[in-house]
Amino acid sequence: MDISKIKEDFPILNQEINGHRLVYLDSAATSQKPQSVIDVLKRYYETDNANVHRGVHTLGSRATEAYELAREKVARFIGAPDAAQVVFTRGTTESLNMVAYGFARPRLTAEDEIVLTPAEHHSNLIPWQQVARVTGAKLKYIPLQEDGTISLEDAKKLIGPATKIVAIAHVSNVLGTIHPVRELADLAHEVGAVIVVDGAQSVPHMPVDVNDLDCDFLAFSGHKMCGPTGIGALYGKRKWLDEMEPTYFGGEMIDVVELYEATWKETPWKFEGGTPIIAGAVGLGAAVDYLEKIGMDAIREHDREITGYALKRLSEVEGLEIYGPAEGAERGGLVTFNLGSIHPHDVSTVLDAEGVAIRAGHHCAQPLMRILNVPATARASFYLYNTKSDVDALVDALASAKEFFQHAIV
Amino acid sequence: MQLSELYRQVIMDHYQHPRNQGLLEDAVSVDLRNPSCGDEITLQLQIEDGVVKDVRFKGSGCSISMASASMMTEAVKGLKVEDALKLGESFRLMIRGQDVDSEELGDLEALQGVSQFPARVKCATLAWQALDRAAHTDDVR
Repeated sequence: MDISKIKEDFPILNQEINGHRLVYLDSAATSQKPQSVIDVLKRYYETDNANVHRGVHTLGSRATEAYELAREKVARFIGAPDAAQVVFTRGTTESLNMVAYGFARPRLTAEDEIVLTPAEHHSNLIPWQQVARVTGAKLKYIPLQEDGTISLEDAKKLIGPATKIVAIAHVSNVLGTIHPVRELADLAHEVGAVIVVDGAQSVPHMPVDVNDLDCDFLAFSGHKMCGPTGIGALYGKRKWLDEMEPTYFGGEMIDVVELYEATWKETPWKFEGGTPIIAGAVGLGAAVDYLEKIGMDAIREHDREITGYALKRLSEVEGLEIYGPAEGAERGGLVTFNLGSIHPHDVSTVLDAEGVAIRAGHHCAQPLMRILNVPATARASFYLYNTKSDVDALVDALASAKEFFQHAIV
Repeated sequence: MQLSELYRQVIMDHYQHPRNQGLLEDAVSVDLRNPSCGDEITLQLQIEDGVVKDVRFKGSGCSISMASASMMTEAVKGLKVEDALKLGESFRLMIRGQDVDSEELGDLEALQGVSQFPARVKCATLAWQALDRAAHTDDVR
């Protein structure tokens, strides 16, 4: 993988921010888009745009073909046996809400339990809180260990006959922890539960195969994997998707409509009510093409290298506290930290003045912030276009931040 | 964009040595947070005859939000409630980059640089939002 070439694929990175080269270290929030994806979006609107699955005209056929081809690409990308097992959604949040409301809610009772971790992103937490509230089911949390990982022993103790759902992030968006999804899937299946995986931080960054994970559902977002915003996907095992109820109703998703009742199309179209996100899906298909051309193994390896380098360089910064698995442990392509008592917002503002974009805040994981006992943290996250010199720029900017606040901070 | 425009010395002084700390026993109390970033403030108002007799705060957050809170308490203490709210209006206009009478704002003008940092506007206005809310609770009126 020739990094300098890859950076050239992303036009947005070729600019200055506040007089400095833009160093974009916020890909866990959203990734940048390669020219090929931007071109496909433009071309779709210039030559193929029409509504899908209706109309006999040529553009209608082209748009439908492009939309369904994108579904095939996404399905192949995650190893789904059948393209029909991929539902297009607005993103991870919508995907998880669909599972919570369309699948879990009708089948859970007050005797049932949902097992998750306190490190979940709000999008894999609040839908389950809501379902628990309505059904009376209980939420059970696999505790985090000192380094932010979970132990399978703890998981074994919690996942039992009452467990109906295990919901977990493949990779934590704050700690970078990689959870043992396959082992958890086996535990869940032993007791007849299903496992719902939040793949928002894993699918863009490493080879993910739903057969290897044996997950029942996998949710992910297009915009974190070089695709446009507003498009994502939900993978499900065929049986579950067929049993799952649509969460909204209207045009496109119906089979026969009578005055007092209606029937639905087959999976996955019954979940895609209304005019779908056609251009978004086509753009996501182009993003998949782009990632596959580079290779997910190569991207994972690159993430590993950059993150390892970042951990090494950041551990040399005096007063900087790093959260999550220790150096050397497997982790996703991000590092979350605090710089002494300087608030992450202040750190982020000083970094921005040097062209370095990081995330500061609670990262949609308030319960985890409480466990870490911090109001907020700073996070640098990496992707295929980041280089070691980006990490160097981060470390230099952190030195500036320290210098800047040295006299002001007690 | 100059960092020194944002982080003026008077701001850093308030951040480092926040004024009007220590909560009161008998006061209207409002808790407010900025959900997108986690900043928190508890603001207390003691009103007598329509005048802000005492004001205290406790909070956690970035330098801008905490300094702004500290400066706000100093600015409104002793003012009539309606004048304090008017001052808040002027402060918000300034933070959004509009021209405001600098005499009226006094020390608060030090926060004018925030207007060049759109992402930090919410930090600077959190305490004033809390003041608004506290002044409009039934206990006060």
